Formats: sequence, structure tokens, C-alpha cells
Amino acid sequence: MSTMTGGVLASYRFVDAASGAIRTLKAEGIRDFTVYTPVPNVEIAQAVGHRVSPVRLWTLLGGLLGCASGFALTLWMSFDWPLVVGGKPIGSVIPYVVIAFELTILFGAGATILGLIFHSWRNRQMGAYEGRFTDDHIGIFVRCPTERRAEVEALLRAAGAEEVRVES
Amino acid sequence: MATIAREDQITRPTYQEITRDITATLGRPSRGYYVLLGFVLVVLAIGAAALLYQIRFGLGVAGYTPPVMWGVYITTFVFWVGIAHSGTLISAILYLFRSAWRTSVYRTAEAMTVFAVMTAGLFPVIHVGRLWYAYWLFPYPNQRQLWVNFKSPLLWDVFAVSTYFTVSTLFLIVGLVPDLAAVREKATGWRRKLYEITSLGWRGTDQQWRHYTRAYLYLAALAAPLVLSVHSVVSWDFAMSIVPGWHATIFAPYFVAGAIYSGVAMVVTLLVPLRKVFRVQRYITVEHFENLAKLLLLTGLIVGYAYAVEYFMAWYSGSPYERAAFWNRAFGDYWWATWTMILCNGVLPLILFFRKVRQSIPALFVLSLFVNLGMWFERFVIIVVSLSFEYEPYAMGHYTPSWVEWAILAGSFAWFFMWFLLFAKNFPTVSITEVKEIIPMPRKQRAHS
Repeated sequence: MSTMTGGVLASYRFVDAASGAIRTLKAEGIRDFTVYTPVPNVEIAQAVGHRVSPVRLWTLLGGLLGCASGFALTLWMSFDWPLVVGGKPIGSVIPYVVIAFELTILFGAGATILGLIFHSWRNRQMGAYEGRFTDDHIGIFVRCPTERRAEVEALLRAAGAEEVRVES
Repeated sequence: MATIAREDQITRPTYQEITRDITATLGRPSRGYYVLLGFVLVVLAIGAAALLYQIRFGLGVAGYTPPVMWGVYITTFVFWVGIAHSGTLISAILYLFRSAWRTSVYRTAEAMTVFAVMTAGLFPVIHVGRLWYAYWLFPYPNQRQLWVNFKSPLLWDVFAVSTYFTVSTLFLIVGLVPDLAAVREKATGWRRKLYEITSLGWRGTDQQWRHYTRAYLYLAALAAPLVLSVHSVVSWDFAMSIVPGWHATIFAPYFVAGAIYSGVAMVVTLLVPLRKVFRVQRYITVEHFENLAKLLLLTGLIVGYAYAVEYFMAWYSGSPYERAAFWNRAFGDYWWATWTMILCNGVLPLILFFRKVRQSIPALFVLSLFVNLGMWFERFVIIVVSLSFEYEPYAMGHYTPSWVEWAILAGSFAWFFMWFLLFAKNFPTVSITEVKEIIPMPRKQRAHS
């Protein structure tokens, strides 16, 4: 997370203009920027060039933990209170698959949410924002020191920004 | 939410129009809304009073007659769990199949799922009588040092239904967050405060979308097998026992198909008035209803086939007990319930083979009511009729539901509709973000050419 909050905010109506602006920024060596879009967009995502989200690892680990917990819970409780029911073995693995399956899903989903919250918080992007970025505009906020703002502003305008303003 | 490009889906509103039209559904409620909500609350109060009466005087006020000790409450539990299923089918399974038409209808279906599971969850607790001991269903350390019986399908149900409720709720909330951020910018007063809190600081940044799209995909991937497992587990409540009419390997797929069938019918029941009242005909079109009708037809045919297979297997098994059980279903005391089920679920939906019917919204609405009715009777037939005719003739009995059970059943519908009405007026029932997603973002090149 960047601590610098001042910079230049540009808004775009067209997706190709916005993705072009992102590529230009990167070509100029400017990487400290935030892109706001009303919907997820492949073209923008490719221009920004993030790696795949690590949330998938949380899902996997949560699912595995849930599965292990399901079997551990059922087997431990069965042997802790060993009562024969329906002539089945005390530790009947097959019926316990159902519990393990449900806990796999439950823990997997829970871990996915935790991963989403954790990574969204860890990579939170502070800076200027406008309400229309959740409606129909694409926003690009470039964090930069005062001396570079004129250069960035010109660059964003040249890429087809509808509106550009400097935020201190 | 990966981008799903299908340009001909709806009549191309702009992003701004989508936000405006769907946000408009959250405006000040009309008098009709309050009248409907008031009616629902009155019915809910009647159901609650009947429940209090049962708590005061015990389960004897229900119509249970040995050997029928599972009646309306378990029937209704299975009915509502089934209703929930199509929501997850539409929101998760069709999402994984990249089915673009789901975007306008999935939010309603998903909310329906959550409220239907909330309704279903009440019934096992009501059924056991002493509600205050409901926590005995869960494994917890206690002074008697005993644990729950994990070999029982009833306990599998506890895990399956509670997991289903949790995951469906998470899925609904996650899907709502970007929409609430869009609505937040347009709202005023207390609603703005509400959306500021519930949108969890969403701004649609590249990092947020990066993690969100993946998380949504994995939640859908987890919800898809979950939905298939839940009604399979519910079916095993019956199929694992040796009651004639229950002990069948076909039960899991039969129940899952039936669940989706009844759920799609309930989605149609909800969507028809919703699109008119909220004026969202532009987003929920005849094409959406036709697709839902095709789903109804497909699952209805599977259910009809399952009915036929049940009877065939009863005959083919050579077991006199199975044959007697199924003969009793069709021609015994409860013949009317069986034939209502067959007519509503097996025969009437065949008219969906005609495109004119699939494209007629009033016809679909009426048909969906019949399917809802038929699917409740299906569970009644499976549960009550099988139990009333099990084993030895001297132990057979006749069960007639009491007024308390009917009142609680009516109350359950009121409980469900109360939540849905409150949701529909305070949260977007059509997904703003996903409807936008199927419309390509404007391009400079195209605009200039």
C-alpha cells in the first residue's frame, strides 16, 4: 500500500482509451497507480498485468483443513464415546465422508472470504476517487510527487481522458 | 465474475441507465407494498401464534398418529430446502457454464435460496417439539460426555443444511458488494448510510477486482457440488431406512431434480410480479422466462421419469411390500395427494413443449403455482403415505394434519415472503454489475467509426 495520497486523477469513458493510458503509464515507468472500473474487464486487467490472485491458495488450504477436520471430528468423537450403532464399526469412515465433504465446502468458502478480505486490505489503494467509477466511467489515479504531476496529467490527457484533475 | 460477452442479450441500455433503473427499484415503497407486507405479517402472526400454542400444549396438538410421526413439518422442511436449490443452480452452476442470461435473474434466485433455507431450518426444530433443545443437534462438549451420532443421516442433514445456509449467504453478500457501492453513490439519507456500511468500502479498484473475481469463481465452484450434496443428503433421511417407498437408490438424483424443479417454479412465481412492480421488463425479458421454462421442462421430465421408475421398480422388484406401498399410493386413502402430485408435476408441465406457452408469462406464472403445489404434495406422498402404510397391517394408521400444522405451514410462507419483500425494497434484486458485464464497455474506436 502506498502512503502517498496526492497525484493525478483521470476519468475515461472508453475502455480502449483507459487501457492505452495504463500501457503508456507503464511504458513511462509509472507503476504506482489505481484503476477504478464499474465492472471487471479483461482488457483493463491485462493492461494492469496483475498476477493471479493468491485467494485460490486460501480456498485450497481451507478445503483441505475442512476435510481433515471432518474426519478428525467424527472419528475422535466416535472413539471418545464408543457406542455400537446399527452394527456398524465405531469408526465408520464411509458415513463420515458426508460430514467431511460438507466441512470441506464450509471451510473452503470461509477461507476464500478471509483470503478476499485479507488481500483486498493488504493491497488497499488509497487516493482520489469519484462515485461515477462504480457507474459508467473508468478512473485512473496516479500517485506521484508534485514535480511530476504536469507530465502525468499531459500523458493521461493525450491518452483520451475525458477529465483530468490534480489532487494534492 | 469473468466478463461474459453476449451483446444480443438485452436491448442494450447504457451503464448509466442500468444503475438508474435498478436503483429506482429501491425508492420509497408504495402503498401496495405496505398492504402486501401487512398481509404477510398477519399470516406470520397466525403461524407464530400456532407455534406458541404447540409449545404450550406439546406436540400432541399436531396431527401425528402412529405410525405417522413425520407429517407436515418434515414435508415442509423438504419442500423449502428444495425451493432453495434453483437459486444456487442459477447463481453458481450457470455462472460456471458462463450462461449470460442468468445475470438478470440470479440475484432474485440467490436471495430466494437464503430465505428458503432460513424457512426450512425452522421445521426440524418445530418438529422435535422442544425448540429450546435445538442445540442438541450439534456436537458440543457436555457433562454427560456423549457425542452426536455421525452415522445418522439426520445429523448429516444438520451439517449439510447449515453449510448450505452459510455458503449461500456468503455468496449472496459477496455478489451484492459491488452493486451496493453503485447504489451508495445515488442514495440519500439513511439508505446512503446503510449502503456505505454494507458496501464494505468497495471502490472497484484493480486490486479489489483481482481478488474479487477469483474469490467469486471459487465460491461458485464450491457452491455447485454443495447444492447437489444437500438434497442428496435430505433424500438419504428417507432412503437410508427400510420403509417401503423410501429405500431406493434413485432417491438422491430424484430429489435433486425435484428440488431444482420446484425452485425454478418459485423463481418464476417471484419474478413475474417483481418485474412488473419494479418496472424492470427491460432487464427481465420474455427470453429469460423462456429459458426458465426450458429448465422447468427438463427437470419436470426427470421428475416424471423418476415417478415412473419408482412404480416400475416396485413392480419389477417382486417385493410384495414395495408393490403394496405403491398400490396404496395410487389407490389408497391418499390417492388424491398422489394424483395431485402426478398431475401438477408430471402432466401439466408437458405443455411447456409448446413455445407459445414458454413465451407466455401469465401461463408460466399459473404453471409455476401448480408446480409449487405439486412439489409440496410430492413430499407429502413420499413421507406421510409411506409411513402410514409401513410394515404390519395392524400398525398402519391414518394421519390428518391439524389446524396447528396448517397454520404453521401458512406462517412459513409468510416468513419467506416477509424476508423477500424486505430484501427487494432495500437491496438490488437485479444485479447491476453483472447486467453491465454482459454489455461490452464503450470503445473509442467504435464510437468514432
